Amino acid sequence: MMRNWMVAGAAALALPAAALAQAAKLNDAQIAHVAYTAGEIDIAAAKQALGKSKNKQVLDFANEMVRDHTAVNQQALALVKKLNVKPQPNATSTSLQTAAKAKSAELAKLSGAAFDKAYVANEVAYHRTVNGALESTLIPGAQNGELKRLLQTGLKLFREHQAHAEMVQKSVG
Amino acid sequence: MRAAAVAFAVLALAGCGKPEPKVYTVVMSEMAFGPTPAELHVGDTIQWTNADILQHTATARTGAFDVDLPPKTSARTVLSKAGTIDFYCRYHPGMTGRLTVAR
Repeated sequence: MMRNWMVAGAAALALPAAALAQAAKLNDAQIAHVAYTAGEIDIAAAKQALGKSKNKQVLDFANEMVRDHTAVNQQALALVKKLNVKPQPNATSTSLQTAAKAKSAELAKLSGAAFDKAYVANEVAYHRTVNGALESTLIPGAQNGELKRLLQTGLKLFREHQAHAEMVQKSVG
Repeated sequence: MRAAAVAFAVLALAGCGKPEPKVYTVVMSEMAFGPTPAELHVGDTIQWTNADILQHTATARTGAFDVDLPPKTSARTVLSKAGTIDFYCRYHPGMTGRLTVAR
């Protein structure tokens, strides 16, 4: 049972990680779309948590995710508008969305402490994956200086989120 | 007589011993606190300016202040005690800084 759960968890995580590893060849319009999508996914996950959790630490964390990712995405939208770039959907952002949808359905079946534990574990893994992709492919791949800078600020921020998620995980895990 | 009055005024200022309180700005930008003033004294004011796109706090580990700033806002803290004050952002604890306040 435990083993099946772990295998399923690993499979759910493997998909975006593999897709993000392909992200090296993306252009700026595609990179912007991946970054924006990654933020939207985390906002949606946080809203799910705000509707289901009763744990103050989890709720505080989820509120922070909504607030910070909304701010970054607003900035990203303002930037692409200024640069006259239309964010371009691509295989990486699609696979992120597919994986997120599956994870959301899985979390929807849980409640109470089981939900908190699964949500926070996913937040730790998700930020780790996205941060790895930002660092190794998205930031080096960005051609526009302003986009690169926004992604770098994003990476600093999401590392904080990862640390915060790991801290919450110690109390709910 | 006039010379004596000037001399007295100079002495009075010098005798005061304490510099006039000053206002210093510390800027939060791109997930970091900017540089803090090298020389601070009791009575000086820190103006915290959040130039970032994100909400931040300037929170003293001593409990001396806790300023919560939405993006593009400012607030002031008067330094009322001498000592070293380490501060951080409650939302993003990796953001840290230090104030050293002399008497």
